[in-house]
Amino acid sequence: MSDPRLGVRPSFAAATGAVYTAQLARARVARVPLLFVAAFQSIGIMLLLKGIAAHHDTLTGRQIVAGATVLVTAFVCLNLLAQRIGALRAEGGLDHYAALDVPGPAVALGAAGSYATLTVPGAVVTALVGCALFDLPYRGLWILVLVLPLAGASLAGVGTLLGLLAPRAELATVAGQLGMTVVLFLGLIPGERLPIVLRGVRAVVPSTYAVDALAATFRRRVDWQGVVVDLVVCLAVAVASLALAGAVFRRSVR
Amino acid sequence: MESYAATGLVRRYGDHVANDGIDLVASAGEVFGLLGPNGAGKTTLVRMLVGLLRPDAGSIRLVGRPLDRALVAAAVAYLPQADVAVADLSVRRAVETTAVLRGLRRHGARAAAAALLEELHLGEVADQPVGSLSGGQRRLAAFATVLAGERPVLVLDEPTTGLDPLARRAVWAAIERRRSERAASVLLVTHNVLEAETVLDRVAVLNNGRVIACDTPGRLKAGVGDVLRLELVWREEPPVYEPAVADLARLATVTGRRWSLRLPAAEARAALGAITAGPALEALDDFTLATPSLEDVYLQLGAAAPGLERV
Ligand SMILES: Nc1ncnc2c1ncn2[C@@H]1O[C@H](COP(=O)(O)OP(=O)(O)O)[C@@H](O)[C@H]1O
Ligand SMILES: [Mg+2]
Repeated sequence: MSDPRLGVRPSFAAATGAVYTAQLARARVARVPLLFVAAFQSIGIMLLLKGIAAHHDTLTGRQIVAGATVLVTAFVCLNLLAQRIGALRAEGGLDHYAALDVPGPAVALGAAGSYATLTVPGAVVTALVGCALFDLPYRGLWILVLVLPLAGASLAGVGTLLGLLAPRAELATVAGQLGMTVVLFLGLIPGERLPIVLRGVRAVVPSTYAVDALAATFRRRVDWQGVVVDLVVCLAVAVASLALAGAVFRRSVR
Repeated sequence: MESYAATGLVRRYGDHVANDGIDLVASAGEVFGLLGPNGAGKTTLVRMLVGLLRPDAGSIRLVGRPLDRALVAAAVAYLPQADVAVADLSVRRAVETTAVLRGLRRHGARAAAAALLEELHLGEVADQPVGSLSGGQRRLAAFATVLAGERPVLVLDEPTTGLDPLARRAVWAAIERRRSERAASVLLVTHNVLEAETVLDRVAVLNNGRVIACDTPGRLKAGVGDVLRLELVWREEPPVYEPAVADLARLATVTGRRWSLRLPAAEARAALGAITAGPALEALDDFTLATPSLEDVYLQLGAAAPGLERV
């Protein structure tokens, strides 16, 4: 097995890092306008709902700001990533990574991480604007340091899966957009006010837990235990969906 | 030692048999070619050889071992026919990233990328996205990613399609350097006869999913026998009322004002002599008399060779 001329393989970390920096570099060129779009969209929704929401309805206010913030991440990690992976697959672009035998989870994690990173500025701005609009405390916003990567990773895992599993590239795009719409509706409406059927759906959508964690930190008395549970769920979904995406990636090439 | 040994490879797409029982053996250190028109099954074959497509039947050995993904990644650098994965990256980043994915550390990858960009004269476009380059330069950039990280076996699916002659020579020189300085083995797909004759040590000629001949280009051409290719280009309407011209008219393949004929050597010389000695010369713009090319190998074997390129 020891042919000295055979090349070495990168470590998992190096492979992930290479995919991450490469994707970040390409996205910086191509996606910046879209990131503004994501933040504008969320801020627009908050302004609209501010007009509709009753005064002193702080439950709704917390929910709207948290939902709109996570929506920025969903726009990029779910929608754009599903679209990107679907297009790459359709054009045979995944061959490049497959022939290099880059571990599937490294491709998924690297791509997901770069897309999640891109959403940080837009999401932070959205959260700040939201707090100002709805008169919410800023002191809990540090939780974004955890919420954004975890929401990003779990949504990106789902986005990657959609891109890999959709029979055609256009369907991957549609699926990504539908996914984002689900995040939008279920994120903005407080769980208690949803019909029973939709509460079940809400419970299986990974963004819910990110939204709930963020919304909880806007309360006067924060239920930290609940926040931790929500974040752990996010983490579990992220790990599971990225691992699954990695496995699907390996098989999707043939 | 062999770089590749494949036996009985079959691959179907639905009812269509894209590879129909292919055997081939490529020796280590040789530039082995797959020549065939579009649709012959070259890409299908190559994708099986790099583990991206599962054969319906047959087996593949790479550097003496059964093929698997990890072995391919360690031994082979593969240039797909369509390279879109790196289109959004700058040329430098594309090469550097690929080098890291082939196990180089960051600084090593950076140095390797710089050297390759210089070797392939890509320095001026190093910071432009691959996808924004002209077709030829884009292909050259993709070729640079293949050389990153020094694999002992290079599998290249039409590396020079769309390149201008200068860039094409740069690719050929780079391939030759890898072979002579590092004993690299190369498997090169082409539908270009000139390329096949210039750079290949041995060539498998593919047609309809089968290898119809496999030898050195020189021996394949020698096997065509004592024939010459006569090309005539007319300035105006060819004078078919001349008996010498009329005889050729029946045998020629006509493309516009260009006539192309394969004739036994003696007949070809006699025909050219008759035309250039008589009044038909007035109407003749240009002519060439050439020894057989690999294209004639196709015709000899009774295969159609429409998709082949000559220049
Ligand atoms: N994914 C596919 N699905 C169906 N048919 C295919 C597919 N890929 C290739 N083919 C068919 O198989 C044949 C060989 O294709 P290919 O291997 O790409 O040939 P080449 O590379 O020599 O041009 C062609 O007739 C092509 O249309
Ligand atoms: Mg091909």
